[in-house]
Amino acid sequence: MERFYEVMFIVRPDTQDEEVDKLIAGFEATVTNGGGAVRSTEKLGRRKLAYMVRKFNEGNYILMTIDADGVLVHELERRLRVSEPVIKFITVRMDEEQKRLDKVRAIRATRKKLSAQPVPAPPVEAAEAPAEATPASA
Amino acid sequence: MADETTTPRAPEGAAPTGGPGGPRGPRTGGPGGPGGRKFFRRKKVCKFCTEKIDAIPYRDVRLLQQFVAERGKIVPRRLTGVCTTHQRRLTKAIKQARNIALLPFAARY
Repeated sequence: MERFYEVMFIVRPDTQDEEVDKLIAGFEATVTNGGGAVRSTEKLGRRKLAYMVRKFNEGNYILMTIDADGVLVHELERRLRVSEPVIKFITVRMDEEQKRLDKVRAIRATRKKLSAQPVPAPPVEAAEAPAEATPASA
Repeated sequence: MADETTTPRAPEGAAPTGGPGGPRGPRTGGPGGPGGRKFFRRKKVCKFCTEKIDAIPYRDVRLLQQFVAERGKIVPRRLTGVCTTHQRRLTKAIKQARNIALLPFAARY
């Protein structure tokens, strides 16, 4: 059962780029050493913060998607909390959401095929079909 | 926070005959909005349902900002016409965005 999470954290704006890269590499190492895998790392760049955080009005946003279990995420959060350049972070669990999205997309895909050939539809599709049949067929 | 979602329902339930749009029953954005208006406000459609947007990510600030008032407060669904499921997801996303300083908790001026 693989869970995957999205971790977004903000680094102080006055840190150099190499330091930011070193930080990210450190966190990625934590994840891989703990038995997880890093799916992707994205640097969203400098942004103006909506409110002042630790006397800063700007921050470097970084988004990491990782495959990990709860224990590893706990450890990663501990490191984020302790590391000085990171001023804020949030971890969001994405696997349940992804499962739901895949289910909805699968239902939509089968519904499209329904219009091509007659297939007995399960009750979920029948309930959704009258509401959304017109946009699907249009 | 729970009070905000339940209070609009209460006047609709309490004034079924006396309120505007009377015997038609509670509708989204109809009798709940303007006080004492006789006619039905035209039914607003949920933006997410029509555009088939499944997931509302907290990162999408521009999308979320459409549902946030000037002072940073979340706009009630009777004004925006969003359906309940999407309003709940939207609220969750806005609160996540606030936590990561993408949206303000309270904006002044």
